[in-house]
Amino acid sequence: MVRGRVHKYARDNIDTDVIIPGPYLKIMDHNELAKHAMEGLDRDFVKKVKKGDFILAGRNFGCGSSREHAPIALSYAGISAVLALSFARIFYRNAVDGAYLLPIEIDEDAYNEIDDGDELEIDLDKNEVRNISKEKVYVMKPFPPLIKRIIEAGGLFNYTPE
Amino acid sequence: MCGMTITEKILARASNRERVAAGDVVFASVDKVMVHDVSGPGVMMVLRELERKGKRIERVWDSDRVWIAEDHFVPAVDKIAAENIMTLERMSERFGIKKHFKYGMGQYGICHTLSHEEAMVLPGEVYVGGDSHTNTTGALGCFATGMGHTDIAYVLIHGRIWFRVPETLLFKLEGSIPPYIMAKDIILKIIGDNGTDIANYKAMQFAGSAIAEMPMDERFTLTNMTTEAGAKNGIIEPDERTIAYVKERTDRPFKAVKGDEDAEYEEIFTYEVNRLEPIVAKPHSPANISYARELSSIEVDRAYIGSCTGAKYTDLLEAARIIKGKKAKVRLEVLPASQSIYMRALNDGLLSIFLEAGAVIGPPTCGACCGAHMGVLAKDEVCVSTTNRNFPGRMGHVESKTYLASPKVVAASAVTGRITDPRDV
Repeated sequence: MVRGRVHKYARDNIDTDVIIPGPYLKIMDHNELAKHAMEGLDRDFVKKVKKGDFILAGRNFGCGSSREHAPIALSYAGISAVLALSFARIFYRNAVDGAYLLPIEIDEDAYNEIDDGDELEIDLDKNEVRNISKEKVYVMKPFPPLIKRIIEAGGLFNYTPE
Repeated sequence: MCGMTITEKILARASNRERVAAGDVVFASVDKVMVHDVSGPGVMMVLRELERKGKRIERVWDSDRVWIAEDHFVPAVDKIAAENIMTLERMSERFGIKKHFKYGMGQYGICHTLSHEEAMVLPGEVYVGGDSHTNTTGALGCFATGMGHTDIAYVLIHGRIWFRVPETLLFKLEGSIPPYIMAKDIILKIIGDNGTDIANYKAMQFAGSAIAEMPMDERFTLTNMTTEAGAKNGIIEPDERTIAYVKERTDRPFKAVKGDEDAEYEEIFTYEVNRLEPIVAKPHSPANISYARELSSIEVDRAYIGSCTGAKYTDLLEAARIIKGKKAKVRLEVLPASQSIYMRALNDGLLSIFLEAGAVIGPPTCGACCGAHMGVLAKDEVCVSTTNRNFPGRMGHVESKTYLASPKVVAASAVTGRITDPRDV
């Protein structure tokens, strides 16, 4: 169960170049990367985020590069989950295998009704997203079995294949 | 029971199964793995973290299957980039990785060019790289896909990793390719028509009579930009041209794989390429396409010929044919994708053509394609580029503008200073 406040970016195709711009790829220090999270889209992002907060976005979140710097920057900036209509495949993989944050697939209702600043609770056992601010409950797309096991293990390196 | 696609066949072999089908999740063995100066230091960071937890990694699973490229921030752009290159030096030394292409020491260049130029990867193999455009190499008829550095570190240790077997979208390219059309026009058309996430988690396979006549360099442009459609991998079944290309470069044995006649494709798209017009993707998405002729009023400040998708030998040759004997009206940069391409372009006189037109020739590097160095864009600057992405800030300032186009369109635009159809110069 994770709880946090939403930062809503109501757009599709939020790419890795705006999540963490290319010139920072040579930086490996996670906290340093976090200072530049979402710099290509919202310069105030880092100031606004509190530990545990969520991002809400549209389709194809994290498209573009394979840079693991993207989920690292968001995670170390404080983001614990990204809720989106869909995710680009490498971002999704990196988020799960590196155990940086939860990529939560939501439906159009949740996307449209959840507003910036809403307080949410994500219940992975029930596959529910509860909007505390609006007293509404949405379903999230359940994680496929392997993904769920990797998340529960705490990342790919802690997971033992059967 | 239907047959398997080439992608399914490769993943079935690699996971020791009779057959796999789209949607299956398998742990598959990996044949080749690549890191570069961004993903390599990331991998080493993961290994350091494991060591801190008491698990020191003494060796990689097979050092002959690992290779290293230096391409993003080279020649080292600053102290941090230089330190990353030193990390790669220590990495190849520590693990006995012999195939490390170092700048200033002969052949080096962009990883997605070396992968095929140097036959680092062979048809039928499973290849993972720490870079999203790893898809490029699928034009050899292998399963090639990009991953982050945690996954790559896992592969280095275990030699295997999980894959969800992708559905395949089959793109049949029919007809003969007009002289003003390049593979870049075709893939931009496909992405523009279908969107940047049409192939998310899926394979994009190309076939048809236009593929049969397409040189390998052009095929790599198609598979390269499957990444911009979200694809897990791009792939082309090997034909005689593929086999000849590989055999010119290596005598190592390989087993070429083709899909079954009755393989199942999620969807089949057909494009008549003889009807295509030169295409440009406007800021800030590769799917935001127009015909070059519709954009003839757009003035550009820069023309950039570089990157894994737009600085192969064929790209330089086609651009040089248009520029020959003319002067560039705007700043023109040419960065060959590898040292061997650089030398070939030098020996064949292509570099003279660019230099006489006024161009600056840069070293092989990802350069400004990813906003790293070698001509990044200022606020409001407009660039027409042979590269593969034009997201906000991709090539520099977040308010710069990049128009993606074929080398022919970029060359024609360099000559006129406006976005120009190659038929109009």
